[in-house]
Amino acid sequence: MIKNAYTREKLAFSILFLSTLVVVLPVILILIYIIYQGWHAISWDFLTQMPKRGMREGGIFPAIVGTLWLVLGTLIFALPLGVLSAIYLSEYAKDNFLTRAVKLAIINLAGVPSVVYGLFGLGIFVIFLKFGASILAGSLTLAIMVLPIIITTTREALDSVPQSFRQVSLSLGVSKWETIRRVVLPHALPGILTGMILAVSRAAGETAPILFTVAAFYLPRLPKSIFDQAMALPYHLYVISTQVPNIKLEIRYGTALVLLMIVLSLNLVAILVRAQFRKKRKW
Amino acid sequence: MQKNFNGKLVKEWVIERCIYLSGIASIIFVGLIFIFLAKEGFSLFKTVSVSDFLLGQKWYPISTPAQFGILPLIVGSLYVTLGATIIAVPIGIASAVYIAEVAPVKTREILKSGIEVLAAIPSVVLGFIGMMTLVPWVKNTFHLPTGLTAFSGALMLAFMAMPTIVSIAEDALNAVPKRYKEAALALGATRWQAIWRVIFPAASSGILAAVMLGIGRVIGETMAVMMITGNAARIPNSLFEPVRTLTATVAAEMGETVRGSDHYFALFAIGIVLFIITFFINLIADLAVHRKLK
Amino acid sequence: MVSPIKVQSKDLSVRYGSVEALKSISLDVYANEILSIIGPANSGKSTFLRCLNRFNDNQPNFSFKGLLTIDGQNIYADGNVEMLRKRVGMVFALPIVLPMTVFENVAYGLRRHGMKDKTQMESIVERSLKAAYLWDEVKDRLQEHAMKLSGGQQQRLCLARTLAVDPEIILYDEPCSGLDPISTAKIEEAMLRFKQNYTQILVTNNTKQAARVGDRTAFFLMGQLIEIGETKKLFTSPVDRRTDDYISGRFG
Repeated sequence: MIKNAYTREKLAFSILFLSTLVVVLPVILILIYIIYQGWHAISWDFLTQMPKRGMREGGIFPAIVGTLWLVLGTLIFALPLGVLSAIYLSEYAKDNFLTRAVKLAIINLAGVPSVVYGLFGLGIFVIFLKFGASILAGSLTLAIMVLPIIITTTREALDSVPQSFRQVSLSLGVSKWETIRRVVLPHALPGILTGMILAVSRAAGETAPILFTVAAFYLPRLPKSIFDQAMALPYHLYVISTQVPNIKLEIRYGTALVLLMIVLSLNLVAILVRAQFRKKRKW
Repeated sequence: MQKNFNGKLVKEWVIERCIYLSGIASIIFVGLIFIFLAKEGFSLFKTVSVSDFLLGQKWYPISTPAQFGILPLIVGSLYVTLGATIIAVPIGIASAVYIAEVAPVKTREILKSGIEVLAAIPSVVLGFIGMMTLVPWVKNTFHLPTGLTAFSGALMLAFMAMPTIVSIAEDALNAVPKRYKEAALALGATRWQAIWRVIFPAASSGILAAVMLGIGRVIGETMAVMMITGNAARIPNSLFEPVRTLTATVAAEMGETVRGSDHYFALFAIGIVLFIITFFINLIADLAVHRKLK
Repeated sequence: MVSPIKVQSKDLSVRYGSVEALKSISLDVYANEILSIIGPANSGKSTFLRCLNRFNDNQPNFSFKGLLTIDGQNIYADGNVEMLRKRVGMVFALPIVLPMTVFENVAYGLRRHGMKDKTQMESIVERSLKAAYLWDEVKDRLQEHAMKLSGGQQQRLCLARTLAVDPEIILYDEPCSGLDPISTAKIEEAMLRFKQNYTQILVTNNTKQAARVGDRTAFFLMGQLIEIGETKKLFTSPVDRRTDDYISGRFG
């Protein structure tokens, strides 16, 4: 009977292990495969030149620049809003219906399909506010999409600062906002930074929200202002892999590799910041 | 001094107003999303009835007369979602249990980073890789005319839902107090018995939330699904036929519509359907999480 | 007692929702005395203390009845909580140093209240550290991280930080509960010397400490003030039997 139980345990654990392998192994294979197929394409010219001949030759420079613009714009809108919103929830909100509704709204924002963000951005920014398909409209759309990421990570960071620090500061007659600014925020900074990087990584990789709000199919020049359309890496990858025939595989894999490297290196930085923060924490 | 003090008060008053305003911004955005979807989407129902829209079997948006029945798209989404859920839920939960309860600490960290990497890969990259590898594989293995099928989509989406399911289920498992497990082990149960009989039931609502959010992720996924399911807007007979999902339809067709046309309104109406579906899925997940806390 | 009344509580009642934490407390605290408040856990003594710097204001369902005055002024009448807390300092049960240098810990309050002059700040920091009997131990370590100090040093640092913003009243919420006897003695020594300049209220679980430093002692039980009087008298011949039971260790 006992032996039977242990045999069953072994069997169960093996199945669990195999399941995990089924999830994790393909991730590694995908990374290796893209790197293997794509690294030939990567060259200085590929990264810094305009695409030529209907994207069949040349580089992906405008797509990289477009993605940088979008990411920057996203941060400008989402970072202050997200951090302030997290401060509201962690430091000011009382346990009432409104707070509950805010939390539910955040969960919902996190769950809205990315293509619905695209529709929303089209409806409100492109058409209603007349920004047109532009970096501004795309950034705003992406900003609302990444808001939950920034709020959640910032809240975690704020909540990890001990309550007692706030108590001490308040007991010295320091106002609530000064307390937050001088005692809470500085120690939550690495956590906020982590959230910011994750948001950037997400914004850099998303395609559906920018489809109708900013992305240009083929635009071999750099955007001049925030009211310009722009190419962006993820959309460019979509275009060259499904919409334009006879593009060299190398260019496709190379584009995928560049996008992947941008996104993953951002994530790596976020992980390192977080690890460093946990190690250095003194309380 | 007094003046300085007042200046400080005003500054703080302004900042705190900003904080309150940002606090409720999320509610405003959810409201705005619905309003702007509805503003355009509801215009469709001036010409097409709600039941014709939801239950119509023909999606011919650019023929004359155009037909806007999204049933094939709903069925397409359903096929892919169901398929993905059936694959992803058992494997995802098993992985979560392995990572949370069985794996040694070092292995756990490696596995968790693997899952985090997966979560970070843009869906367009996964769609691209799926096109290049998974689709031909499905075609050859099952001797199909095309590998762009609901099945390929389901496989890919199952994979993409893993990070959501695994990380949330793992959190739920970790939230079970250690003493439950210790009590079971003290009574002579094996580790597996403790996991299966004690920890797993205790974490069940959190795991339900993980499943719901995983499903939400699958329904909302757009790019990968558009690139590998074949995009045929008709009701499929089996998993091995091309389908077109709700999300893919919006993404693929919006670029070609004329603003203010019925087709354009219809795509927004699909957005409303997606918004409502994910809203309820998230609501259920949230309720499940809160039940756990009580 | 010839000293004027510094703090006065009249029929002070406090509720947290349906829980009555304080029931009609009336007592006076004289200027420059040390009032010890003793009583078992949940007797309301900390709640009373936290009313004096309005630290209960943000507790959920906090409600308040009665009158609480400092120098005859109702402290709940005006909205400027910050001014009140500057006048009424507080030392907490566990030493809570802020994660910054020793110097910055003491200077923290000064900076927040707008002090910019560096030499003035340095002299106040030095004076406060000296008053808290810490200066000799840390004068060469001012730029070190405060978390590196020992527990006893940390608590004296907290004391110095409270002194730095120049309060009139200092509240102690079981300030020595985590300290060894030597550190405790140093804190008590400091408290006795502070009588020249400050009015002090000490909440403690340690009846011996109350007897050592308190000029007068109040005994709280289940939200009520049972007895208040000269420390010596309260400890040798308490009027109420419950006080006697508590100080002789029969409960609590």
